[in-house]
Amino acid sequence: MSVAFLISTLLFILLISLVHPGKKGMVAVAGIIVNSVMSSWIAVAALSGNAFSQVLNGGPVFGDIAIRLDSISAWFILVTNFTMLMGILYGRQYLRHHPARSADMSMHYISYLLNHAALTGIYFIQNMLAFLCAWEIMAITAFILVIFEHARMETLKAGINYLIQSHISIILLTLGFIWVYTSTGSFDFEAIRTYCLSAGKEAALLLFLVFFVGFGIKAGFVPFHTWLPHAHPAAPSHVSGIMSGILIKAGIYGILRLLLLMPENHLAMGYFILAVSVITGLYGVILAIVQHNIKKLLAYHSIENIGIIGIGMGIGTIGVGLGSPFMAFAGYAGAMLHVLNHALFKSLLFYSAGNVYNALHTLVIDRMGGLIRNMPRTALFFLIASLAICGLPPFNGFISEFLIYSGLLSAIGSSHTASVIILAVIALALIGGLALLCFTKAFGIIFLGTARHVQHAEIREENNATLFPMALTAILIIFIGLLPQLFISVLRRPVELFMNMPDLEGMRVSAQIMQQISIAVWGLVLLIAILWLLRKAIASRQVTVGPTWGCAYTTDSPKLQYTASSFVRSYAKIIKPLTITKKSKDEVLGIIPKPLHTETHFHDKLESGLVDWPTRNLRGFLGRFKFLQNGSVQFYVLYGVVFIAISIAVPLIINAVRNLAHILKHL
Amino acid sequence: MRMISLLLILITSFFFTGIIIRTKSILSGRKGPGIMQPMKDIIRSLRIGSVYSKTTSFIFQLAPTVYIATILMAILFIPFGNQRGVLSFNGDFVFFAYTLALGKFFMIIASLDTGSSFEGMGASREALYSMLVEPAFFIIMGSFSLLTGFTSFVDIFSAMHFGSYVTYGLGALAAFVFAIIALIENSRMPVDDPKTHLELTMIHEVMILDNSGYDLGLILYGTNLKFAMYGALIANFFHTPGYEWYYSIPIFFGVQLAFAVTVGVVESFSARFRMNHNPQFILMFTSISLLIFLGVLLLTGKII
Repeated sequence: MSVAFLISTLLFILLISLVHPGKKGMVAVAGIIVNSVMSSWIAVAALSGNAFSQVLNGGPVFGDIAIRLDSISAWFILVTNFTMLMGILYGRQYLRHHPARSADMSMHYISYLLNHAALTGIYFIQNMLAFLCAWEIMAITAFILVIFEHARMETLKAGINYLIQSHISIILLTLGFIWVYTSTGSFDFEAIRTYCLSAGKEAALLLFLVFFVGFGIKAGFVPFHTWLPHAHPAAPSHVSGIMSGILIKAGIYGILRLLLLMPENHLAMGYFILAVSVITGLYGVILAIVQHNIKKLLAYHSIENIGIIGIGMGIGTIGVGLGSPFMAFAGYAGAMLHVLNHALFKSLLFYSAGNVYNALHTLVIDRMGGLIRNMPRTALFFLIASLAICGLPPFNGFISEFLIYSGLLSAIGSSHTASVIILAVIALALIGGLALLCFTKAFGIIFLGTARHVQHAEIREENNATLFPMALTAILIIFIGLLPQLFISVLRRPVELFMNMPDLEGMRVSAQIMQQISIAVWGLVLLIAILWLLRKAIASRQVTVGPTWGCAYTTDSPKLQYTASSFVRSYAKIIKPLTITKKSKDEVLGIIPKPLHTETHFHDKLESGLVDWPTRNLRGFLGRFKFLQNGSVQFYVLYGVVFIAISIAVPLIINAVRNLAHILKHL
Repeated sequence: MRMISLLLILITSFFFTGIIIRTKSILSGRKGPGIMQPMKDIIRSLRIGSVYSKTTSFIFQLAPTVYIATILMAILFIPFGNQRGVLSFNGDFVFFAYTLALGKFFMIIASLDTGSSFEGMGASREALYSMLVEPAFFIIMGSFSLLTGFTSFVDIFSAMHFGSYVTYGLGALAAFVFAIIALIENSRMPVDDPKTHLELTMIHEVMILDNSGYDLGLILYGTNLKFAMYGALIANFFHTPGYEWYYSIPIFFGVQLAFAVTVGVVESFSARFRMNHNPQFILMFTSISLLIFLGVLLLTGKII
């Protein structure tokens, strides 16, 4: 199967570069479908209990490459396949609005295909060296996907920022793998377990931290999140969708895999993950609210959701450490379900943002407004996804957050660190409230009211081919929200792996609660439907249409509307200590003032402290050597000559010194 | 029997605002309207025609229905003594809070739907204050679930009582915080003044400026329901050990009456805060609920 997978990937890459530019998208779709079917086939079997295992001969370099698919990988494979497929279906339509050279198109689609293949590889491969290769391919292809509009300087900058940060992640992973390899002599993932058992608790914890930072950069845990808010707005919308939906989940997968391989320290790791995640979740959403760029806003929300997933993982790990089956089940199941949920609603949000961008050619929220009339379906999808991301019933986000809440509440009762856990509960509640503030702002300002800016071209809804993948995603969002009990039983096997025993207790309790939730959710939907019908029946038909109430001011003026900035103004004042606010304001001068501009920008304080400041200093230091780069070829040849001379001379001199010392000693 | 709390809350909701208004009129020496007057106003609203702004979309028409549906849904979770609500499961108070948030989400976007400068103002404040108030509720419920070891409303309330006198103290403190939460959620004094006539200083009232007819009636009734719901929650702190119905039902109505009168008294004798003092005021209740949590930690000996 692995060989077939590689061959099909290569074949489709070749095909993409050969066919007519208009057909490249079709071929890419076909390629994704073929690869997805192959991996999904194995994954479904793995989820129902038949784990897949194979050993490939990787030659003298890699040794035996273990290809194993347990139920955790299988879950991630299925999430990836669905999101990737929807991504390419949407992306093909999205790129119609962005004509590019044939070579760029080929590059883009090939990278997409390779990225999917690399992700599949990451979930299948359990050999450190091969895993790193797949990881590197994933990072580089993602970079190429991000810089699709490479003619723009900021896109390129964001891309390179991402490339550098993902390589820091790779360096840390490599370090961890070398560490394990030098002490065990094996590249197999199981070696991590053997090492941890032999090396003792402290060393194992240190190893965990190295890996956690490595994977954490990919996932976007604070303070390693700084690449996300730059890369997402720069990338085309479908790429932002898959990056936020599943690429960063590769980091989550890495941490989960690690937790599975770590035999000890569950409590310490659990509390550590919980603490980092609480900060991540809060920090992400706090900064999301003040963003003016819709895709940047969504990027910060990805950080928030990684925090929520992390809280689930943390509580699950603590549950394993305490031996509490329900806590472990609720935590891990919540985290893994949220991986799927976030992939769904976040990609849907990015696709909707993409439709808006294609219509308005701007991402600045304050220039939008009233789009629900021109793009009713996009608006509906954005609304569904917004409700889901806020964790409101009857949508999917609620289900996973509820599971995590259940885990936290049972942890409060059964552990001796209730005062720590309650902070996580507060954080989760605050995150929910803040997300509500953020998405009422986003939806309200983008789609409701009237246009805040004059649009020159007519704004039209996207065609059905674009809306189709969005509709499928939306349907799945609602489906999970209404029938969560189905997904709990699917998640049983992955979670059992963590607990290292067949778990009936946690699963039974959770399934019971989910059954109840499902009833409650249906009740809510039914209640809304009944009341809506009642309204139709009772409410008077006598309807008058008039202008919005304006306190006796009856002229329409879109300028009078609330903007995104004014909507969050009082909030921005409260969080002032956490951000760097740059405000520029024109003064009113003269009797007839000129048009005035005022600009407010919010900057990430952590980014300026942890990335910008060191970079600036490093550049200042390295700038002293700038004279070396003077651009004339003669000097470069000279450097080459000097280098060769030194490399010859240094050993000679050392030898001479040694001989001298030898002679002197004999004297 | 599971319907009993729903029925009692519905009955209370018919009188609640009437009692508040009556209290205010007595205290200010006016004759004032009858207790049923607010309900009559609502019924009239439900029957008259509506005016819609031409900027609004279907969101605006859907929102009041969703709002009232979420409140009714939340009421289904409220227990009555040791009698379960219509729906009850472990962690149901999370569902309770998130359902109410759904209604709030719709009300906020509905007010943005009008494209009005005033309503955006109200929406912004509503979103901010409801965000700030959320943690207090979760801390209280979290503390009680730590104290009792249960995670559903009915189990918490029936296990919480009669442990020791300290639990009564905690219960009273929690009842106080719940009362304040109800005031904030319903946008009453001292956070918001429902009777103010300046849009710039309103929260809830300014959000519904453009609603009329049936929708306005629903929203107004929603306020009554919410008050009765929080009143019922508070009443659950004061039941007798045996839960005999001939004590429980008078206690329920007594608490509701006391709550309504208190709201009336507060509104008669206090002034509204300045808007920028509201966040501090709301956060103060988060710290009071943290006090409850600390008390519970001391009781259970789980303080590290």
